[in-house]
Amino acid sequence: MDDLLREFLTETSESLALLDLELVRLEQNPNDPALLGNIFRIVHTIKGTCGFLGLPRLEAVAHASENVLGKVRDGELVVTPDAVTLILESLDRIKNLLSVLEQTETEPAGEDKDLIKRLNAFAEAGSVPAPVAAPAPVPAAAPVEDDMGFTPVPAADTGKNMQIAAEEPVAEPVAAAAPAAATSFAAETRDSAVAAQSIRVGVDVLENLMTMVSELVLTRNQLLQIMRSQKDTDFVTPLQRLNHVTSELQEGVMKTRMQPIGNAWAKLPRLVRDLSHELNKKIDLQMLGAETELDRQVLELIKDPLTHLVRNCADHGLEVPADRRAAGKAETGRITLNAFHEGGHIVIEISDDGKGLPLDKIRAKAVANKLASESEAAALSDQQVMQFIFKAGFSTAAQVTSVSGRGVGMDVVRTNIEKIGGTVELKSQLGKGTAFVIKIPLTLAIVSALIVEASGERFAIPQISVLELVRAGAGSESKIERINDAPFLRLRNRILPLVSLHDLLGLDAAKKANSTETFIVVTQVGNYTFGIMVDRVFDTEEIVVKPVAPILRDVGMFAGNTILGDGSVIMILDPNGIAAASGGAANAESAHGAETASQAGLDGERVTLLVFRTGQSAPKAVPLALIARLEEVDGKSIEYGDGRPVVQYRGRLMPLVTMDKSYEAKREGRQPVLVFADGVRSMGLLVDEIVDIVEERLKIELAADRPGYVGSAIVAGKSTDIIDTGHYLTQAYPDWFGAMDRHGGNGASPKGDPGKKLLLVDDSPFFRNLLAPLLSTAGYEVTTAESADQALGLCDAGKDFDVIVSDIEMPGMDGFAFCEAVRSNARWQETPLVALTSRTAPADIDRGRRVGFTDYIAKLDREALLRTLSETTRGAA
Amino acid sequence: MNDKLTHAAGAASDFVTMTIADQLFGIPVLAVQDVLGPQRITRIPLAPREVAGALNLRGRIVTAIDVRSRLNLPARTADSQGMSVVVDHKGELYSLIVDAVGEVMSLPADAFERNPATLDPRWREVSGGIYRLQGKLLVVLEVERLLNMRRAEAA
Repeated sequence: MDDLLREFLTETSESLALLDLELVRLEQNPNDPALLGNIFRIVHTIKGTCGFLGLPRLEAVAHASENVLGKVRDGELVVTPDAVTLILESLDRIKNLLSVLEQTETEPAGEDKDLIKRLNAFAEAGSVPAPVAAPAPVPAAAPVEDDMGFTPVPAADTGKNMQIAAEEPVAEPVAAAAPAAATSFAAETRDSAVAAQSIRVGVDVLENLMTMVSELVLTRNQLLQIMRSQKDTDFVTPLQRLNHVTSELQEGVMKTRMQPIGNAWAKLPRLVRDLSHELNKKIDLQMLGAETELDRQVLELIKDPLTHLVRNCADHGLEVPADRRAAGKAETGRITLNAFHEGGHIVIEISDDGKGLPLDKIRAKAVANKLASESEAAALSDQQVMQFIFKAGFSTAAQVTSVSGRGVGMDVVRTNIEKIGGTVELKSQLGKGTAFVIKIPLTLAIVSALIVEASGERFAIPQISVLELVRAGAGSESKIERINDAPFLRLRNRILPLVSLHDLLGLDAAKKANSTETFIVVTQVGNYTFGIMVDRVFDTEEIVVKPVAPILRDVGMFAGNTILGDGSVIMILDPNGIAAASGGAANAESAHGAETASQAGLDGERVTLLVFRTGQSAPKAVPLALIARLEEVDGKSIEYGDGRPVVQYRGRLMPLVTMDKSYEAKREGRQPVLVFADGVRSMGLLVDEIVDIVEERLKIELAADRPGYVGSAIVAGKSTDIIDTGHYLTQAYPDWFGAMDRHGGNGASPKGDPGKKLLLVDDSPFFRNLLAPLLSTAGYEVTTAESADQALGLCDAGKDFDVIVSDIEMPGMDGFAFCEAVRSNARWQETPLVALTSRTAPADIDRGRRVGFTDYIAKLDREALLRTLSETTRGAA
Repeated sequence: MNDKLTHAAGAASDFVTMTIADQLFGIPVLAVQDVLGPQRITRIPLAPREVAGALNLRGRIVTAIDVRSRLNLPARTADSQGMSVVVDHKGELYSLIVDAVGEVMSLPADAFERNPATLDPRWREVSGGIYRLQGKLLVVLEVERLLNMRRAEAA
């Protein structure tokens, strides 16, 4: 049977049963307007539904009854027993028709003119006329009833029925109508079979049932826990049975709460249609996986966030047709909703093929809203920048439309989703579109949690946030590395920041496990992945999250608490709270953000690095291009002048510098030295061991705040400190060569003229840090800018330079555009401009010359850079 | 809670008595849900100092408050585990850990006195008044104020 019809039958049977009662009550209290209103409403609904489903007979009867009731309601007729009887009679007719409908799925043939005529007459005259024609028992119903074993009431019996009716004094005036009523008795004798198949139950009843099942699951867990420690008891079999039944019960109750997600989407096509008119955009809404089921409660909670996201996609994401055509896309924008199950969770993707997030605008807006300083904003990864749209009061829409752009919403969306233990991820590609990925638990009632132990205390971590478990320590491949005391884990070529649960929660230091082994729970919150260090990991348990006591609400670290199988109370950790407490999700999101950035090819050019070791700590690396030679000196040949180690090298004294003050040069044997030369001067950096030379796509993942280090990166799969050469150069030079003419060297390496002002434009902090000291040691007065815009800002501010060195590949305005801007600017028109890039294909060089670059040099060709600069500035001077 | 106290001004009222550091305290008997012996308590990191932890009372999670700590008294010695009085406050259960729980006493209204002005402010904050008993004084604990930690921190 058609679902719609089934629902109609169920609903109408219920309504009719209710009407019977209400009408009898109305007869007793004829002047109760509320009662009358209620009756009228029910009949009206029946009529409406019948009309909608195309059931003309039912509709006609219901309509006539409604007419009578309407007049009564309006005070034109008074409630008399005959009126009630007449209405009841028409209800019985409806029931009859319904029972046939239920059998055959079609309305019986025939008509109800007699009844309708009487109803209409009553509505007109206010009294019940005698039937004008012979009573017409519902004709088609009869044979069907025969099949079902019901006998149509023979005409001879009508008298008897009349008798029954007549026993009630009120029925007297309608005695003539008895034949019609007769059939109704037959119908009344059985309930609608369909109606019996489904029951309407209040949501609170189900909620209550669910809560109790949750408790039952907990108790079952407790019993199972006890069982584990007690072998060979008689309880094993019944407990297993209990276990099964409980699981099935849980599943069954869950099923009653499950609804397809399509229910939450039902209003979206209309919404999108209206939006497309309002915004003058062509929008195609695709909905995939609408049948995916999830908990009713969860469904209710995500309805609004989903609507909001779709609205946002339509308004902000998709372009107007003209822009789409210009961008070479189809005029009709597409919004796709996709829902599917994934490991006990439900994933909902809302994506559009619009213009993507305008990162520059968001950056600028973040600065304007004082969410970040200008330099901070520029240093943030794209992923971090995207997170700003989740901040309250943040909107980049140029104007507020009636649809969105008021800057409320995205923060609410995130809050609402996180409230139910879900996560929102954001992916965006400029020009290609934006996608929100929402991951939510199937149900809120019972969650799966990982039980861990730190310093002798147990905690639960919701499984939804846990990505994997890593064992670090003796005998394991994974090792915890430390940079400036902050722990990190190398995990598949990524540096994973770690937080220690012990430190975070201020646990009892005396109980801290003294094991060499540490377990790391790799946890994801939004796009931020981090590791929680714990002492032990137990199994996962199904838990019911109970809120913490009000006096503990201020402690942000807990999502709730629960009772474990062994009866003890356990605190449930809130991964969001931990992420926030571990230095802020936005701050530490760099780990992931960096990956995204390098994938996008915006950063991380390939650099040849020399990897070496010194001291105990992490391997260190320096770009090979900066090193003049690798030497090994005899430990015995190291001399000390003024308390500092020097070595005679090519007829001069070469200062030796160590990475850390406590490091002692070898007295015996070979001592590897990295020689950095600059003109006639050179210095040696003492190292323990030269490990390797590798070519890597270098990306500084964690900027160091220690002098002497640029930051840390993954080199050859290991977390490696990148050293700041400039720091060691200046460490050696001012003391040892301070008296010498700093720029007077006439050696082979070309020197810059003293005091020439140079502007270095490069988006990568690494290259800025690398080149700036190099160029300053070559005698230039270096100013750095991290973007073309910033450089042009300096121009506007009235700064002048003798030469500008610019990167080509930069986010926002690239080097070519920058060059064109410089060339069209009166102030800097004549300033020599040197391109510094890894893009050295002839076509690129041609293009560079065409837009006005004075010269074009491959990145990290140090000699060439200095030579060119020297020539350029001389030429200009 | 409060109407029980006003009621106390009339005839006699019943109190569950308890001792903390040899001082006698009382809580109106109707406010008390349970009296527990030593319990396994799960410590709650980062919680206010007075919160001893959480415990499982027949499937309900009860927050345990160390009344000693709340009253600025030194911690219990390791050998005495203490007992708990469970009270309901706005639908949540709290277990007040005291040194020992004594008998239920019916105290006449005319033995009731307001808080003496010299009482330590931290004590006065949680005390609803004092009963003069033979040979000693009983301090009436005001559960609501006892559980208001924020005020305690401010004080």
